[in-house]
Amino acid sequence: MNNVKRLQMQGISKSYPGCKANDNISLEIGHGEIHALLGENGAGKSTLMKVLYGVVKPDQGVILFNGEAVEINQPADARALGIGMVFQHFSLFETLTVKENIELALGKQAGNSSTLAQRIRDISHKYQMPLDPNRRVATLSTGERQRVEIVRCLLLDIQLLILDEPTSVLTPQEVDALFITLKKLSDEGCSILFISHKLHEVAEICSAATILRGGKVSGHCNPKQQTPDAMARMMVGDGVEINHQTRRTYTHSAYLKVTNLSKAASSSFDIALNNISLTVNKGEILGIAGVAGNGQEALLKALSGETTDKTAQSIFIEQTCINALSPMQRRRMGVAFVPEERLGRGAVPEMDLAENALLTSFDFGLVNKGFLQWRKVVALTQNIIQKYKVKTPNTHTHAASLSGGNLQKFIIGREVEQQPKLLLMSHPTWGVDIGAQVAIHQAILDLRDKGCAVLVISEDLDELYKISDRLCAICDGQLSPILPTDDLALPQLGRWMAGDFMTEQQNREEAA
Amino acid sequence: MLKIEARAQPSKHWAYFSPILAVVLTLITGAILFSSLGQNPVEALYIFFISPIEDWYGISELLVKCIPILLCAYGLSLCYRASVWNIGAEGQLLMGGLIGSAMALQFVHSDSIWAMPLTLLAGILGGAAWAGIAAFLKLKMNSNEILVTIMLNYIALNLLVWAVHGPLKDPQGFNFPESALFAQSTILPVLFEGTRLHLGLVFVLLALAIIWVFVSKTFIGFQIRVLGMDKAAAKMAGFSQNKLSALVLLVCGGLAGLAGASEVSGPIGQLVPSISPGYGYAAIIVAFLGRLHPLGITLAGLLMALIFMGGEMAQISLALPSAITGIFQGLILFYLLSSDVLIRYRIKIKLPPINSVKKRVYPTQTEAQ
Amino acid sequence: MDIDLITNILYAAIRTGTPLLLVALGEMICEKSGVLNLGQEGMMLLGAVAGFIAVYHTDSFMLGFVIAALSGVLASLIFAFVALNLNATQVATGLALTIFGTGLSAFIGSDYEGKTIEALPTIGFEILQNIPLIGKALFAQDAMVYFSWFMVIGCYIFFRAHRAGLAVRAAGENPDVGSNLGLPVMKIRYLAVMFGGAMAGLAGGYLSIAYTPLWTENMTAGKGWIALALVVFASWRIERVMLGAYLFGFASIMHLFAQGLGISISSNLLAILPYAATLIVLVVLSRNSEKLKLFEPVALGKPWHKTR
Repeated sequence: MNNVKRLQMQGISKSYPGCKANDNISLEIGHGEIHALLGENGAGKSTLMKVLYGVVKPDQGVILFNGEAVEINQPADARALGIGMVFQHFSLFETLTVKENIELALGKQAGNSSTLAQRIRDISHKYQMPLDPNRRVATLSTGERQRVEIVRCLLLDIQLLILDEPTSVLTPQEVDALFITLKKLSDEGCSILFISHKLHEVAEICSAATILRGGKVSGHCNPKQQTPDAMARMMVGDGVEINHQTRRTYTHSAYLKVTNLSKAASSSFDIALNNISLTVNKGEILGIAGVAGNGQEALLKALSGETTDKTAQSIFIEQTCINALSPMQRRRMGVAFVPEERLGRGAVPEMDLAENALLTSFDFGLVNKGFLQWRKVVALTQNIIQKYKVKTPNTHTHAASLSGGNLQKFIIGREVEQQPKLLLMSHPTWGVDIGAQVAIHQAILDLRDKGCAVLVISEDLDELYKISDRLCAICDGQLSPILPTDDLALPQLGRWMAGDFMTEQQNREEAA
Repeated sequence: MLKIEARAQPSKHWAYFSPILAVVLTLITGAILFSSLGQNPVEALYIFFISPIEDWYGISELLVKCIPILLCAYGLSLCYRASVWNIGAEGQLLMGGLIGSAMALQFVHSDSIWAMPLTLLAGILGGAAWAGIAAFLKLKMNSNEILVTIMLNYIALNLLVWAVHGPLKDPQGFNFPESALFAQSTILPVLFEGTRLHLGLVFVLLALAIIWVFVSKTFIGFQIRVLGMDKAAAKMAGFSQNKLSALVLLVCGGLAGLAGASEVSGPIGQLVPSISPGYGYAAIIVAFLGRLHPLGITLAGLLMALIFMGGEMAQISLALPSAITGIFQGLILFYLLSSDVLIRYRIKIKLPPINSVKKRVYPTQTEAQ
Repeated sequence: MDIDLITNILYAAIRTGTPLLLVALGEMICEKSGVLNLGQEGMMLLGAVAGFIAVYHTDSFMLGFVIAALSGVLASLIFAFVALNLNATQVATGLALTIFGTGLSAFIGSDYEGKTIEALPTIGFEILQNIPLIGKALFAQDAMVYFSWFMVIGCYIFFRAHRAGLAVRAAGENPDVGSNLGLPVMKIRYLAVMFGGAMAGLAGGYLSIAYTPLWTENMTAGKGWIALALVVFASWRIERVMLGAYLFGFASIMHLFAQGLGISISSNLLAILPYAATLIVLVVLSRNSEKLKLFEPVALGKPWHKTR
């Protein structure tokens, strides 16, 4: 029995129009094994998991579970076999309670409705993941939402737990807590498939790894015996520059100055900003770390002008107060902005690249007396495409049909070509392959060296440590102190992301 | 099973073919409908779609009918490009007719050269004001514009009915719900002798040219398109949603008001309770069928005018209720929306799985059995 | 003011509100599943004409209402196919249904224009109907009024105490997640749209069989649209749909009683009242749009198809 693997996937293939997401992929996991599935965004990890969980039907391939061939046509089939899945984008309904969510997802498998709440409490207690079954999901933090997903799986008699990028939404401390739970599960014989692109985490808890690249298996290894560089090489392939040394700069000429910016939450899904003060100097990059949903969105909107405030005086560019100015007026002062959402904010999905270039570059000689100068628009677009190596057939391609990395290169090129004095960016390399990542970082650094003030908000700590000159964290709408990046150790930043600075500040105030 | 699968990029060809497919499907359904009613389908379709425009007079009547439809539809196309769901062209047209009439009745005994321009201007302002209410409620009060404009349509209709029964009723009119006949100085001049084709056609051609240039060549037009496709992007770029939405509503209201004023001071010549057989609603279909493009709308408007005339012809020659016009209007919109699926998706017909196929996909399944 | 007048106002407000209640209840459930069907007006008219013709020829009220509901369902299936299977814009598809239903009902009903039938009789409960003030309003109504109360209670139980009610809400909040979890989102939405169609058909049937009772072209006069506003007014809650329907019922009959109260305003102007009331309610309610958003089904009106 012990020779039989928990899971064997053989020759899985799945095509979508225009791309082969999975090409003849095979994968094996033993009992109680924590197995990593590594790969860049778009390597086919998510598709493979959806095949395993019955969300996506493969074009070809075989799945053996505990040695027996199985056909998983829907998630209920997977759950019946003892396979549980925690999605990267949580499968939770915000307006329902924890219990209602679990009941809905498990259907008949949820068992007796009246005892469900108690069973949820028991399981969450056993695995040290406290949860209140009667709370609405909308009121839970990201970490708590993940617990709901995990508890939902554990309520069933589970033999294989799939976790899709589980750590990307957690603070370093929450990651540690999650790993304790996972190790406990693994000791009890439950196999775990851990999908990630963070190599140090994989090395910490996984005993085997399968690496995907471009929809194909590019290697198997034991992460504990392999160097991160070698694994990275398998992920990205040859010929891509991985490491990139950056030079820090320290400048003192303030460009953007925010003093005591506060803003009430506009809805129950919004986070209030509380007394935020920061300065971005000319020629430096200020990084703001934080777990999603801690006020980043509200801060960026206040800075970009997407939300304006006619009464407050808390945001200054040099000496001018800009609280009341619209995004267009701010752009005219030299502010450029790269939002988190590429399609549906940074670019209009169903407009072509030329129109998307015009979207924010209209003040650069493209409009004459209210009429559009299409020839100049196209020339600018071609310039951006060439200079930033955007892979596209022509300027008439819709933004929606570009890959994430290419579109992001285009958007950043569009903003950088405006030679802004202040560049605001949110998650600039989220979901982008390493090649594009390097190019994007270089463009930002070059702009900085020309004297532009840059503010970067990101969840990716590696990225922030790579490019920021100074660094801080945002938690629950408040900003931590700001320190030069090299003076701020990762554990300290992690504690700040969890809000530790608030008590530190309190203590200091009380001492004073 | 019928399944749809997203295309990598929307198909340009189907964007143009889809309206044609919709018209063809409507004609086929029409033929089936006629034959099920015991008519010879070919003959009935001929009577419906060809006989109204067999002679020059018929064509001139077609143009007369399409004037109010097109004026409304050009305006609506602007709204829909900005994703402002204005269903209120009908009410805006009625208010244009009502306010225009109120002005025209000031000139019943006058031959002032100002009579006609002022009547038209009053109509434009009346329609724009009616749309302005919707704009205010949408932008300042966050109300849903679909429901607001629909309610305003019913209110406008009742106001008009009240006016012709009350304050604007002809004192010498034997208590008929009609206004006095407008003075000759107010009536729009006829363009061609022997027809009813009036100056409104010139307004249509002007509107066509202006809207076309506006949408495709100006920065404001670009902003409107961005707003309609992607509100977040418009906001990010700093385009004012409020100003643009108000603009499209006011322009649409003004054009619809002009349509209403042109009807009362054109072919009708007085205010009556039924100045529109639903031109404002038909214009919605026309705007969609014409792909929101001025040229497409013009073609679609001609077709819609033909459907109105066909309905009247069917009543006369085939003794069918003229409500058949509404059936054709609904059908054409249904078919258009259905055909539009081909722009974004491929249709796949999946046959139920056959055993041999299953074997190939899951070889071990059979081994295990 | 004399007590008989108030008794009659209450009685008439409930009668007038009943078709609104029926159609709004159906639309609310449809919207809870994430589908916005603006075709209520068209489905009501089809229900009205089909129900009327059935009763006209058979004298069977039962058959009349069954036919009315069935024609509503048939019409809603056209909508469901175009909007759900072919992923067309729900707003435009609903409009098409209203235009189509208006035209088709006028076409079918042209021979019946202005003809009358005997109205659906009222069912009075001994003693109870003699309770002062409310007796007539609550216990001397026709069967469809009682049926509408039964549906209100049924819907209430469905959403409060049934797993299927949760599934409907889930389909309306996030169909992708629902589908990932294995909920039959398409089936749920189809059933919700069909339920909405049946209720709209019944509401139309109520107008032509019980309320007037006759058939005239376009006899719904915007009630389908008012019902749509009513759902917003009720912020997707059943008990408030009921309250709202009767309030609108009251607004619609005001002009009849205005004369009784000696107020002399042109009846043409008073006919504006229900529409103006709808407009005012919409405006007052939606001023606080954030609060409204809390109740609105998140995925309402957004085309969705399963990617698999």
